[in-house]
Amino acid sequence: MKPPRFDYARPSTLSEAVALLAAHGSEARPIAGGQSLMPMLALRLVAPRLVVDIGRIEGLDSITIAPDGSVTLGALVRWRDIERHPRLQAAHPMLVAATGHIAHYAIRNKGTVGGSLAHADPAAELPGIAVACDGEITVVGPGGARTIAAGDFFTGTLATALRPDELITQLWLPAWRAGRRWAFEEFARRRGDFALAGVALFYDVDAQGCAAAPHVAAIGVADRPRRLSAVEAAIAGRKTTQDVIRKASDVAHDSVDPDDDIHAPADYRRALLAELTERALARAAGLPLREVA
Amino acid sequence: MDGVAAHFNVNGQSVRVEIEPRTTLADCLRQDLKLTGTHIGCEHGVCGACTVIVDGAAVRSCLMLAVQADGAQIITVEGLSQDDTLSPLQAAFRKHHALQCGFCTPGILTTAHALLSDEPEADRERIREVLSGNLCRCTGYLPIVDAVLEAREAYAAGEMAEKD
Repeated sequence: MKPPRFDYARPSTLSEAVALLAAHGSEARPIAGGQSLMPMLALRLVAPRLVVDIGRIEGLDSITIAPDGSVTLGALVRWRDIERHPRLQAAHPMLVAATGHIAHYAIRNKGTVGGSLAHADPAAELPGIAVACDGEITVVGPGGARTIAAGDFFTGTLATALRPDELITQLWLPAWRAGRRWAFEEFARRRGDFALAGVALFYDVDAQGCAAAPHVAAIGVADRPRRLSAVEAAIAGRKTTQDVIRKASDVAHDSVDPDDDIHAPADYRRALLAELTERALARAAGLPLREVA
Repeated sequence: MDGVAAHFNVNGQSVRVEIEPRTTLADCLRQDLKLTGTHIGCEHGVCGACTVIVDGAAVRSCLMLAVQADGAQIITVEGLSQDDTLSPLQAAFRKHHALQCGFCTPGILTTAHALLSDEPEADRERIREVLSGNLCRCTGYLPIVDAVLEAREAYAAGEMAEKD
């Protein structure tokens, strides 16, 4: 047994849960699927006095596709729920594709949307999707609910704008347009590992056949998921030809400044991001991947 | 830190345990319930040795608090067969020499049982993908995948009931 000692509470409503968190401040931690918190407890990277089990609070586990096409994922939605949803593949193909890269079978049966967002691993897929898509995260605290743009929610490695007495209730993703060009590419050394780097991108195609409103986000190359606005600018208003893609890939290379770590040196991550950006843009455009010389 | 109580059903038997809140389901199964078939390797969700089936889904029992299993139906490796008769899945493992030291085997059996119960048509690629979450360091995966493939028939024919 590795976790430190703590007390346990299992509130049945959101307001009870928030009240418990408010009463214990930073000494309390919520748990649901536990796929991030349990390893943190086992490694004693966190040592809460109270663990608040929000896993049985009703109303947080639904996937909703609104008439306008926007998608709302409750905080307790699990990866397997996303994979198995009958309409999500059509409603938000990039979300489903990215989810396919998350961890392993048994972990996907437990891990949740809210847990991934709150844990904020810089290489995690869902935070990357949220940032790429201009998602919005709704949280509830003692003063009521507030909604935070995904781009403002992630503040650093394992750090978010979530206050200790707040709980995530849902992630909202704007409607996915029909005909949209998109790709999600990541590289991990073993299946199910956190990615060394990843790219989520999409754009619409205007009447002239050019890329409109491109969104490009990267994971694993900074302390948080981030948009690559220079790459977006490199393809906006252009036809995504091999030449444009090659240039955008170079721009991606020069637009990040990752740290060296035990998994990869900074130069490797930059080169990997450039390669993944090229592959993603080629895939989105329906072009063949370039042969490695 | 007070103890907490949890009631759940393990391999068809109703049990009640009093545990510290920090007790993982893996530790509870092994130490409180003496079901030592569930193996504990890394204790932080990486190796898959402790995989059990909770309410029909394969989960890492080291990544779940025992108290969170309150009310759940749990199947461990001990629950995969009746008495001393090997289940078709276990028999396929024996036939294909799909275990050597056996440390990872309980987690692989429970994972494969959950998979085939849900997806009896799973192909080799799907089986490989699912078993990528279970670390085996001595047997090698080829015989394991072959054994799971062979067991599919029994699941498709509905011959695989857990102990009840």
